[in-house]
Amino acid sequence: MDTSADYLKKSSTAKMGNRPIVASLRHVKKSFGAMEVLRDISLDLHQNENLVILGRSGTGKSVLIKCMVGLIRADTGEINVLGCDVRSLTPDQLDELRLQIGFSFQGSALYDSMTVRQNLEFPLKRNKAIFKKKELEDLVINALKDVGLENTSDKMPSELSGGMKKRIGIARTLILKPKIMLYDEPTAGLDPITATEINELILSVREKYNTSSIIITHDISCARQTSDRIIALVNGLNKEESTFDELKQTKDPDLAPFFSY
Amino acid sequence: MKFKPLLLRSADIYQFFQRIFKQAFHAPSEWREVLKQCFAVGNRSFFLVTFTAFLAGVVFTRQSRPSLSSFGAESWLPSLVSQAVIRSLGPLITGLICAGKLGSNIGAELASMKVTEQIDAMEVSGSRPFSFLVVSRVTATTLMLPLLVVYADCVALLGSFITVNFINNTGFKLYFNTVASHITYLDIFSSLIKATFFGFAIGFISSYAGYNSDNGTTGVGKAANTAVVISMLFIFIIDLVMLQFINLFR
Repeated sequence: MDTSADYLKKSSTAKMGNRPIVASLRHVKKSFGAMEVLRDISLDLHQNENLVILGRSGTGKSVLIKCMVGLIRADTGEINVLGCDVRSLTPDQLDELRLQIGFSFQGSALYDSMTVRQNLEFPLKRNKAIFKKKELEDLVINALKDVGLENTSDKMPSELSGGMKKRIGIARTLILKPKIMLYDEPTAGLDPITATEINELILSVREKYNTSSIIITHDISCARQTSDRIIALVNGLNKEESTFDELKQTKDPDLAPFFSY
Repeated sequence: MKFKPLLLRSADIYQFFQRIFKQAFHAPSEWREVLKQCFAVGNRSFFLVTFTAFLAGVVFTRQSRPSLSSFGAESWLPSLVSQAVIRSLGPLITGLICAGKLGSNIGAELASMKVTEQIDAMEVSGSRPFSFLVVSRVTATTLMLPLLVVYADCVALLGSFITVNFINNTGFKLYFNTVASHITYLDIFSSLIKATFFGFAIGFISSYAGYNSDNGTTGVGKAANTAVVISMLFIFIIDLVMLQFINLFR
């Protein structure tokens, strides 16, 4: 099994050309009690890259991106995002950094006491102090148009389907124009057609907003459609890193089953 | 509970307490959300407070009258009722009603937001959820409880007057003149201070239970339950402590 040091030897820069690195993790470890979730993770995310983290449930994929935004504090290691050392930031500095990172939650995490419009207006009012009705309206409608749901602004989250909720969740993060997008299981629980639409949305977000993205998934078709590069996570370690087509040829008993369906 | 977890929990509660005070006076202010929460607090408890305070006034008057009549001291009824209502019954009933109604509401609301990652979503968008969700709710309950207590006192006295009027045909002016002549500023002031502490306790305990709930749907129920039970317990403790303290000035 590859260790983090092995991973570093196979520099990802070779695969991604000379694109600058926007986020890098080195030797990140995280345990919950006696359970080691992340054992030694290192990775680089390049500008305008879609990096898929593929792995089975419970391998620490979500914990990894939560460590990147400071929702969970890593035990050891370096987490550098957009030039900031996440582990040493003060709460105010962390809030500043978070404005540049969009996080799409597995369950969408829409504020269920607010309408779609209020959900989208919330980060604008709180972070950018935008209160003018016209300005808010324009930004909300544009963000909704980008996800193809401009007619839902007055609906409550409970009136939306799973796929629509995911799109609104993405629109809410896009409204702050993030530089990095983190998608936590974007297609989980969706039918194949809606899942494909979400995958296409992820690609269009990259094109339109020039974002770099980390996509956490165990859905192989999501990985195929969205990835420039894939890191396979097994038992809290980077097991393999390559493109989808390369990874498809793997004989590794931990990874081969992903491609056998 | 073992000693180490108890210590850790105590430290966590202290930090939560400290964070509320730090953020309450830290710009930007949450006055919009505080106003919204104040309205919600008043709106949620208005009917229940009205109903229970009115009944308390009626029942207390009905129960006290025979005892006073047996001593020929029926004319003392307004003063007895007014002192009982303003010093103790009004704040206590309002506190308990609000602990049940608001405690469960705040506890369950914050816990379900936690379970569905809505609080995390606010956190990762840099939206300062603690100040938006917790500080605003604690401020609202702290500000609104004294107002609700004043209202409950008035309703309870009205209930008492209607009962007295029904039985003895006592006039409105006579009844409330007697009430006013037996109430001191200390009674009113101590009642308001007590209500402020009740409000803070309800907001603080319910928010803590909700904001720190365990994940899962059972966590929501547990948070609501903890919020109500502990808030009620603390209302009695605060009532007792305040009584001892206020008696120093009587």
